Amino acid sequence: MAQVLTSLARSIGPLVEGHGLAKAFGERSVLHDVAIRVDPGEIVAIVGLNGAGKSTLVRILLGLLSPDAGRVMRRPGVRIGYMPQRLPVDPALPLTVSRFLALSGRHGAGPIQAALDEVGAGRLGDDAVQTVSGGELQRVLLARALLREPELLVLDEPVQGVDVTGQSALYRLIGDIRQRYGCGVLMVSHQLHLVMAATDWVICLNNHVCCAGQPESITRHPEYLALFGEQVATGLAVYAHSHDHVHDAAGKVLPLESERDGTSG
Amino acid sequence: MDEFFLRALLGGVGVALVAGPLGSFVVWRRMAFVGDTMSHSALLGIAVGLALHIHVAIGVLVAAVAVALLLGLSQRQRRLPTDTFLGILAHASLAIGLIVMALLDLHGFALMSYLFGDILAVSRVDLYWIYGGAALALGLLMIIWRPLLSLTVHEELARVEGVPVERVRILFMLLIAIVIAVALEIVGVLLITSMLIIPAAAARRFARTPEQMAAFAVLAGAIAVVGGLYGSLAWDTPAGPSIVAAAAALFAAASLWPSRRGSGGGPSGSG
Repeated sequence: MAQVLTSLARSIGPLVEGHGLAKAFGERSVLHDVAIRVDPGEIVAIVGLNGAGKSTLVRILLGLLSPDAGRVMRRPGVRIGYMPQRLPVDPALPLTVSRFLALSGRHGAGPIQAALDEVGAGRLGDDAVQTVSGGELQRVLLARALLREPELLVLDEPVQGVDVTGQSALYRLIGDIRQRYGCGVLMVSHQLHLVMAATDWVICLNNHVCCAGQPESITRHPEYLALFGEQVATGLAVYAHSHDHVHDAAGKVLPLESERDGTSG
Repeated sequence: MDEFFLRALLGGVGVALVAGPLGSFVVWRRMAFVGDTMSHSALLGIAVGLALHIHVAIGVLVAAVAVALLLGLSQRQRRLPTDTFLGILAHASLAIGLIVMALLDLHGFALMSYLFGDILAVSRVDLYWIYGGAALALGLLMIIWRPLLSLTVHEELARVEGVPVERVRILFMLLIAIVIAVALEIVGVLLITSMLIIPAAAARRFARTPEQMAAFAVLAGAIAVVGGLYGSLAWDTPAGPSIVAAAAALFAAASLWPSRRGSGGGPSGSG
């Protein structure tokens, strides 16, 4: 962990950066002239409604997808921990959570258990990876990302199976991890209020960057209000509510009944 | 025991040895139909090999690689679903293979032996080929085991973590091609996929790790070979189909085996 911090101190410039990014699938333009950068130790959130191109942007930044136009620059050799939206493992594959973590490299049992403990999923190691719930799965994916001692953590919002309480608890956990490891974080959400607490910089995406800034200023931006107007009102209420819940459940693994139905589909 | 029967047993077990682990991956990666397409196209490879007077195994290998490449190309287009494309490829190559065979005046027993295998005719040299091919394929599989498993679980995650996804995938297809070339004489082009997927499917219930499943699949495949061959001897049934029927019976028995669910999910104290 210390070497991450020293390499961090030596390094200047962004971990990943994109300019003028454009992407279309067939006739449909998904991204147009998008710029983004993530610096070491910084948490950047991409917020936007469904279909705004958030996942497409993340996949371009990760190099999984090539843009039609624009440039992506990743710091050479940057270690990325990636948390995908879901993990569709065929039931025919017998795979425990511990073994799933071991796939990311040559890790012993000790570091794997430590990573699971760190994200509050310590008791899941022997469970089949197909049976863990949506919220637990996110923690497992985070543990796998942490095993790589990432300089950049990339988190795509899960498409299903995680409730608001579980999600905000996870974002808080990621905030802690940033403090501990000093890694840059790029996260995606369709609900700004969930990511806001931990975020340094928000990019509001609607196929183009409609506004970007610190979370306090973003929430007053007219474009943001136009896009999220209704959600903001309800969202703030949900946020206060979930805050209470997370304090109640702090330290526990959140064994919520509502989380359980996430992976069956 | 007659020597030809012993050679048949050895040949069949050799195929089971490599088909178990590779077949497990075929099951996990939902590639049963890909395996089918590659093995059907093998008949075209055989026919071309016979026409050009080159070794049949080489013709099979070339055909399987061609299918793998075409499949790679087909995945870049979105107009047709992959399984439709595979179906076209499988049956077109099978049909053309049959036509070429007929033009070469190959029919009756010779043709049947390519379609359904001729395990009782396995020679000493064939055994060298089978075990050489199996050793090569297993060795390569061991080298790519972890990256292949990683990309089977989540391809994009594997890619972000630095797994050379394309290279591993192409190598895996090549391994399947080797198995098809090796298994051809044992079960024939029409039944090769069954040696890949049935033992692996039978093993699933009893495995708690990927490696266990691969090992149990080898065991199931070997039992099917032995059972099928003795059955074929006892009832005078065709050997290749008997092996596949034995494998299917094993799978059915495994499916009916009482499950021990929750054996690993007991309470482990307070977390």
